[in-house]
Amino acid sequence: MEEVNLTLTLTGAALVGCGVYLLLERSLTRVLVGLVVLSNGISLLYLVAGGKAGNAPIVGKAEGRLSDALPQALVLTAIVITLGTTAFVVAMAYRSWQLNGHDDVQDDVEDASIRRRADLDESSQGYDLDSADTSERPAEEGSRP
Amino acid sequence: MNVEALVPLPVVLPLLGAGATLMLSHRPQLQRAISLGSLVAVTVLAAVLLVAADRSGPQVIWIGGWPEPLGVSLVADRLSALMLLVSAVVVTAVLAYSLGQGMTGDDEEHASLSIYHPTFLVLVAGVSNAFLAGDLFNLFVSFEMLLFASYVLLTLGGTEARIRAGTIYVVVNLMSSMLFLISIAVVYAATGSLNLAQLSQRIAELPDHVALMLQLLLLTTFAIKAAVFPLSFWLPDSYPTAPAPVTAVFAGLLTKVGVYAILRVQTLLFPDSPLTDLLLWAALLTMVVGILGAIAQSDIKRMLSFTLVSHIGYMIFGIGLATDAGVSGAIFYVAHHITIQTALFLVVGLVERRAGSTSLIRLGGLARLAPLLGLLFFVPAMNLAGIPPLSGFLGKVGLLQAGVDVGTPLAYALVAGAVATSLLTLYAVAKTWAVAFWRSPEEAHEAAASLPDPGFDTGPHTGQVGGGSLARVAADDGGPLPGAALSVSDVAEAERIVSDETPDRDLHQRLCDGDLPERLPLSMVLPTAGLVAFSLVLSVVAGPLFGFTDRAAADLRERTAYVETVLAEVPS
Repeated sequence: MEEVNLTLTLTGAALVGCGVYLLLERSLTRVLVGLVVLSNGISLLYLVAGGKAGNAPIVGKAEGRLSDALPQALVLTAIVITLGTTAFVVAMAYRSWQLNGHDDVQDDVEDASIRRRADLDESSQGYDLDSADTSERPAEEGSRP
Repeated sequence: MNVEALVPLPVVLPLLGAGATLMLSHRPQLQRAISLGSLVAVTVLAAVLLVAADRSGPQVIWIGGWPEPLGVSLVADRLSALMLLVSAVVVTAVLAYSLGQGMTGDDEEHASLSIYHPTFLVLVAGVSNAFLAGDLFNLFVSFEMLLFASYVLLTLGGTEARIRAGTIYVVVNLMSSMLFLISIAVVYAATGSLNLAQLSQRIAELPDHVALMLQLLLLTTFAIKAAVFPLSFWLPDSYPTAPAPVTAVFAGLLTKVGVYAILRVQTLLFPDSPLTDLLLWAALLTMVVGILGAIAQSDIKRMLSFTLVSHIGYMIFGIGLATDAGVSGAIFYVAHHITIQTALFLVVGLVERRAGSTSLIRLGGLARLAPLLGLLFFVPAMNLAGIPPLSGFLGKVGLLQAGVDVGTPLAYALVAGAVATSLLTLYAVAKTWAVAFWRSPEEAHEAAASLPDPGFDTGPHTGQVGGGSLARVAADDGGPLPGAALSVSDVAEAERIVSDETPDRDLHQRLCDGDLPERLPLSMVLPTAGLVAFSLVLSVVAGPLFGFTDRAAADLRERTAYVETVLAEVPS
């Protein structure tokens, strides 16, 4: 590739940066927005990867310098997949809101109980069942069928 | 007969089956027949492809009728065909098991019955496609297929625990998918191709630093999928909540697809990789950290999830050695581990069905209660730990030999780590055996009752599934619950879920009450037993299988057969 479109690259990079930042949020809605922004940024990167823009690569009408059609096909596929993902995340956020009244990503129950135990300097229940009496609560509290 | 024409069928058949089962959602019998039929057909096809690939080299088909380097190629070489066969056997067993289970083990989820079959078949199609994909973008698409199916399966029924687990899983996998897309864009910008065979030629011509960046991007992507150490923390959080057959197929296949992708990319695209030491370190840490996590667990499902992470390290170990013997050992180990991990999760599903819990604190005396179940757990558990003469032992010996042959200090460290991990795995499963199967239910009851546990019975909120957020708040702060965020109906909903899903009674109490099923349905036991038998068959045919993986590894390392077959008809 002889020259790179700097505007596209920088815009794509900015979008990807914002997207990653939002993905790291706790709220699923923000994660969702982050996902959309991120995937748009990546789509721009594909346009950069396709090289300099040219004429439409249509069979029979192609003349002069042509655009690379392959990245565009890839971007189309990626957009479709992102659409599906978005729909799923929306549904999941809604379900989470139905169940919890919020859509925050929650700590793992088991992890939370291990952390609490570590803070209190207790041994894990599952580790040694004979010396059970030091423990505050059985560790399977967080288990689920 | 032209075997190449069969290559797309392992993808097409399950997809057609998925469409058909979706339309026939009101005819459960027909739905089941179609699902099972298409998976059995895939198994047969995979066996045919395996023989064909072994006898006459990689089978390639270009689909879509495009000029050849532009189109989409599907390739079944020895590695792909073996993965395809093992995964087909495993998914067939899992499907049969879930048919026996009624559907997914959750009686309240009648609505999701119609969803289960199509989704499961799409998952199978995605896995098959990932093994057959001959270009990076097709690999991405197959990852998305199987991930989408897995999102749905993991959150089946939409209970709170599953939504919580699903959130972590979905967000992590979204991130890795996005990373994969970026890697593909970068690969295309650098080389102008996405076909793996073409890439293997073009990447060699790139400057070293560009190739290194491509490799790092791809490895990071696949390492998330495969749950390699620093990127493995999502797995034990998300897998155990799903229904048993779903967890089983996830544990068996999804991470292995990531391992397969690492193996393929490392051998085909980056044969002179500068990152093998990095891979070896990752393998060591994966093994050790994973198994230490497993030891600390008191729930069988979570323990197995951690051993899953840990044993991914063995495969990365083989790949990182980058010798014929190492790669061969890794392939053997993948085949072994897919079978064994799935079988173990299916057995745990049986334990849950029989005893009402998978928690080591509530279980006891299963060996007397259900001797067959004990046997079904014992054999794969010992296999996982690597007791001779089972396939786990042979796979580990293969890898250890490969490590010793390399002979660098790091390789010896890996050998030591692998042995230690094997011993610790034995400890973890032996502890499970001793507690869940060997001691009497009365002992278990007394041990649990003797625990000083404030809050254990005082309410369903603290630390319970239904109150994930409540548990967090209550456990962390000890402060009042955030009343503003929770309406009364939410709490009632949480209580309902809790009372449905985690009855606070151990096995002894349940036995006294007599509310457990007397025996397990044969239709669930048989598939599990079949899978355990298959793992034993792998041990019996380990010699020929190692011969096969040696040939597959030689192919992978040599690359010429793959590249020349794929690009045979491409005008250069």
